[in-house]
Amino acid sequence: MSLLEVDDLSVTFARRGQRTVHAVDGVSFSVDAGEVVGLVGESGCGKSVTSLAIMGLLPKQPGLRVGGKAVFDGTDLLQLDDRSRRDIRGRDIAMIFQDPLSSLNPVVPIGLQVTEVLARHRGMKGDAAAKEAAALLDRVGIPDPKRRLKEYPHQLSGGMRQRALIAMAVACKPRLLIADEPTTALDVTIQAQILELLKELVRDSGTALVMITHDLGVVAGMCDTINVLYAGRVVETARRRPLFREPRHPYTVGLLGSVPRLDAGRGERLNPIPGSVRDVLPWPDGCAFAPRCSRRIDACVGEPPELVLAHDGRSYRCVNPAPLPGVEPGQEVRGAVPTEAQPGSVPAQAVPNDPPAVQGFGPAPREEEKP
Amino acid sequence: MFRFIVRRLLQLIPTLFGLSLLLFIWLRRLPGGPETAILGERGTPEMRAAIRRNMGLDEPILVQYGRFVRRLIRLDLGTSTSTKRAVTTEFLERFPGTVELTVMALAIAIGLGIPLGYLAARRRGRLLDHASVGGSLIGICIPVFFLAYVLKAIFSENLGWFPSSGRQDPTIGATRITNFFVLDGLMTREWDAAADALWHLVLPGIALASIPLAIIVRITRASVLEVLNEDFVRTAEAKGLTERTVRRRHVLRNAMLPVVTSIGLLTGGLLSGAVLTETVFAFSGIGAFIYDAIGQRDYPVLMGFILIIAVVYVLVNLIVDLSYSLIDPRVRVR
Repeated sequence: MSLLEVDDLSVTFARRGQRTVHAVDGVSFSVDAGEVVGLVGESGCGKSVTSLAIMGLLPKQPGLRVGGKAVFDGTDLLQLDDRSRRDIRGRDIAMIFQDPLSSLNPVVPIGLQVTEVLARHRGMKGDAAAKEAAALLDRVGIPDPKRRLKEYPHQLSGGMRQRALIAMAVACKPRLLIADEPTTALDVTIQAQILELLKELVRDSGTALVMITHDLGVVAGMCDTINVLYAGRVVETARRRPLFREPRHPYTVGLLGSVPRLDAGRGERLNPIPGSVRDVLPWPDGCAFAPRCSRRIDACVGEPPELVLAHDGRSYRCVNPAPLPGVEPGQEVRGAVPTEAQPGSVPAQAVPNDPPAVQGFGPAPREEEKP
Repeated sequence: MFRFIVRRLLQLIPTLFGLSLLLFIWLRRLPGGPETAILGERGTPEMRAAIRRNMGLDEPILVQYGRFVRRLIRLDLGTSTSTKRAVTTEFLERFPGTVELTVMALAIAIGLGIPLGYLAARRRGRLLDHASVGGSLIGICIPVFFLAYVLKAIFSENLGWFPSSGRQDPTIGATRITNFFVLDGLMTREWDAAADALWHLVLPGIALASIPLAIIVRITRASVLEVLNEDFVRTAEAKGLTERTVRRRHVLRNAMLPVVTSIGLLTGGLLSGAVLTETVFAFSGIGAFIYDAIGQRDYPVLMGFILIIAVVYVLVNLIVDLSYSLIDPRVRVR
């Protein structure tokens, strides 16, 4: 039984006089205890909305509909009332956001922003809470934590702010941590440090981590299992190594191909995926990626592609996947699975000291520098 | 903090200096000169000359200005040409009433405006929201004196709930100390006098509060709506904090910043806007006095009034800046 099972999650925004937007359109994935799972995709594919829906943090507005299930430790989070949700948030499931400056309250000292979580979920007050808060800041690598407690967000650097946010998130030792693009707003050097910190925290505490990112470098450096999202659906799920070595879904292939590589020849052009996220086919009418896909065949349009469970526990949603090297397309072991099957339901193991699967994608830079 | 206050108070000096220069020029440039202002059009040339000599207007201009400033420093604002009493005395007697009225109006506007604006934002698009937004539009549109007459007609003349005029019932025989009637009542423990003075403030206070109330409701509503969409509110929610904590610590505190600024700007306007309200309620504040002074070209009184309003503006802005820095550490003063 996984720690978090997201099943057919859908989020739609309906507005009078406008087309209903399917931000998330049947996303399914699972997270095991202690596992690092990546949700990857370009802007607008529904990564953030997925995480906010799981947390129950989508802004309340008329026309918002959340369907499907998000079962955390046996409880469907989507069925909970507001109060029980507030009890779980911050205690069992915590979240780290993208922009550390705007995610911190500018007029409340860092200390109070940490201790308020301790007070809410662990009943800590006064000196005990302050001491624990200082310990937490120390834990996430903020120097001189006692002084920092009294300071305000604008007095901290970007990296320190993100560390402070992480301290708030891990304050109650949550079992699941959701990080929504935690390094996007930071310098590259700081990014590596923050990723290193997250890895460390996850390793030491056994917290499961859902890493939401558009950055394949981040994914390569830390995720055990990766879910690639496109137009609100998971199109490919695989463990890290197979995904980078043999991407099957043409979208994954395109994503990997469009990243600039250090080992590419001089003057070589980038290979972007043609078209934009807006050129989607609604899922019921076929594969949403079909309008941009270089491997499109007639079977792509008409009905949505079924989830294909291939060898190695990986799955993809494509009728004409990229071929595996050395395997004739016909010989491949595969079988269509009933729709109840969860992509990624086969637990993946992290391989320690995993060498870079694809040239140009290493684990996070810091790791490589280590002797 | 202390140094900031001192520095700001020192800034008052150049402000007042500039103002005194403007006032001096204004006084000298009056059509026909100050002597006409005092005598009117009918003075004979001999009378004019006599007044010029008396006022030292035949001396060099710098000497005149020096004397003008020296008198200002001694808080000697001259003598009212209409009541023949020292302007300072008149003001000490009348200004407290206006201050009381302004404070009352502010208390009503803030005490009602912030909660209303907040609730309107939380219930956006529902009845309360529409009611308060629409109501505030009406509040801005209705002229203050008209509202004052309506309030007076309904609540004092028809229903008899509130007194229709004056600052206090003279038959109470209250002791005067500061001329702030409510304060006097509290200081002398004449509770009935304080209550009566407060009672007299209600209707004019509501009338005067109507416009600032409307503005505060709207600014609070807009500000809360903006803050509710901020990332840090989402962070607070993600921490699982109770709604109460999120609301007080994270939403309201941030939403107050623009409201505080607007309150500062409104206060100055209230002081000078009290004139009409005071006239309707025969409230013996500074308003009616200034109204008469304008009609009678009582220049010393007008000059004193302008100076006082300027000082009050600077002080109110000082208070606004101080409270701003209490709320927002990013502009905290050193």
